[in-house]
Amino acid sequence: MKWVLFICASSSILIVFMIFIFTLLEGMPILIKHNINFILGMEWRPYADEPSFGLIPTIIGTLSVSGLCLLIAVPIGILTAIYLAEYARGKLRDLVKSATELLVSIPSVVLGFIGSMFLVPLIREFFGGWGFSILAGGIVLAIMTLPHIICISEDAIRAVPIEYRLASLSLGATRWQTISRVVLPSARSGILASIVLGLCNAIGETMAVLMVIGNPEVPYIPTSILDRVRVLTSTIVIEFDYAVWGSDQMKALFAIGVVLFMITAILNFIAVKVLRGRIYAGFKAP
Amino acid sequence: MRASRLHEKFIEVLTSIVSFTPLMITAFILAFLFYNGVEVLTLEFLMSFPRKGGLEGGILPAIIGSAYISAICMLVAAPLGIGAGIYLAEYAPDNVITSIIRFFIECLAGIPSIVIGLFGYAFLVHGLRLGFSVLAGGLALAFMILPWTVRVSEEAIKAVPSIYKYASLALGATKWKTIKKVVLHAAKPMIITGMMLGLGKAVGETAVVMLTAGMGITGYLPISPLDSARTLPVHLYIIAGEIAYTTEGLKMAYGTAIVLIMLFLAVSLPSLLLRKHFMKRVWGVGHP
Repeated sequence: MKWVLFICASSSILIVFMIFIFTLLEGMPILIKHNINFILGMEWRPYADEPSFGLIPTIIGTLSVSGLCLLIAVPIGILTAIYLAEYARGKLRDLVKSATELLVSIPSVVLGFIGSMFLVPLIREFFGGWGFSILAGGIVLAIMTLPHIICISEDAIRAVPIEYRLASLSLGATRWQTISRVVLPSARSGILASIVLGLCNAIGETMAVLMVIGNPEVPYIPTSILDRVRVLTSTIVIEFDYAVWGSDQMKALFAIGVVLFMITAILNFIAVKVLRGRIYAGFKAP
Repeated sequence: MRASRLHEKFIEVLTSIVSFTPLMITAFILAFLFYNGVEVLTLEFLMSFPRKGGLEGGILPAIIGSAYISAICMLVAAPLGIGAGIYLAEYAPDNVITSIIRFFIECLAGIPSIVIGLFGYAFLVHGLRLGFSVLAGGLALAFMILPWTVRVSEEAIKAVPSIYKYASLALGATKWKTIKKVVLHAAKPMIITGMMLGLGKAVGETAVVMLTAGMGITGYLPISPLDSARTLPVHLYIIAGEIAYTTEGLKMAYGTAIVLIMLFLAVSLPSLLLRKHFMKRVWGVGHP
């Protein structure tokens, strides 16, 4: 019996390897043919006579949308985490927690749909432009990233031993002084981990972003927050419909998959191994 | 002194106001959808085929497609996840191999769903020649939620008090018998609610299904596992892009979104609330 269970547990290893190998095999020919130009090229024209697959505008699009997302989600997320861990009690806390847990798994296509029906017209009205923009993408992504930041930051703040707080309070510090000078610095690496994982999520998110960022035919480098952009994930979904199995274009989409896999793997590794390991390391009781 | 007390109060009020953001967003999403689309919700909408390219009729094929694909997904992900959970909680020795297994489960959880979709397209649709099908979609979704099912099973089993196990072992039961009859029985409510939450994730996923089960043809119901099928999220995505600029199309899109979110809530909300109840009943309030 033990061995059957062992096989169940190790199936994840097999799946991860197969995902890596299959996307790499499909994407490799393009990565080799265009080598560094794939990542650093400025032009993405899959339908031209001499198709070029340069990712720079798309990568900048991804970074700008995720960056804006973090700008919105991090302050709100950390304040909420502080409230949940330090101030909130009883029913109110349960309510906020449940709403956060629910928000994390609301289907992303529904968020994208509401974004395109409510947020996009709102932005068009107030700021002009298309409405479909980095701004809309950043806000929708922030909503999806927020619960992750809240949950992990709250855990990190809770992991700070009560003695730290008591020592600070008994020295005459006020509650906020204790939180801002003692608790938050001690929980630093956990909070940082929550931000990195949030970023990882933002980069990998597909449908919600796709429906509000506009996806111009030829991706260009955005100059304003109201410009339409493409991100890595949205390029895959949009061109998947038109690409033929085995064509260079399809291979390029798989190569984007490889890039995504790499980015998220590195970010995950930083968050889990480097930062999370440190959360508890400092708190070994004598 | 008074200024500082005011300052303290200000911070507490500020954090409490900010912390209502998730609640307000969730409430807004529900209110916005219902306000705009509740009139579309009729029995006919749920029970009929789309007509005129989705402008009229209903969403029956998408509902059936969602149910079919989620069922296949859970049939694969639940047993694998529970098996892995039992192994990690009860058998796994504290060594390198176990930490490698744990590392890869976390890895799988971190892979963006669109990459799992691409893999499903290359391996299941083309490699195994399943074509765009319910089976390929269900399997790819199962890969996506597997880490979740492993995690909830392991946590549920670890939370069973060891006294239960010792009592059973002391009566002469073997380890496997103890796990099967005592541990799994005690962990059942938490495992089931955890699986339901996983099902909620599977129901709402779009990208993976679109790349593996295809867009489906909406004129018939998927019968064989090798039929292509369209799920509710995919249907919503397609009509939001194709016909939502017309008044009728927009209504249809709102209706689909409401049905999708109701289905999602029906699966997730009871589990979310019941989990807290079970935790208190079985393990006392003090359990994390």
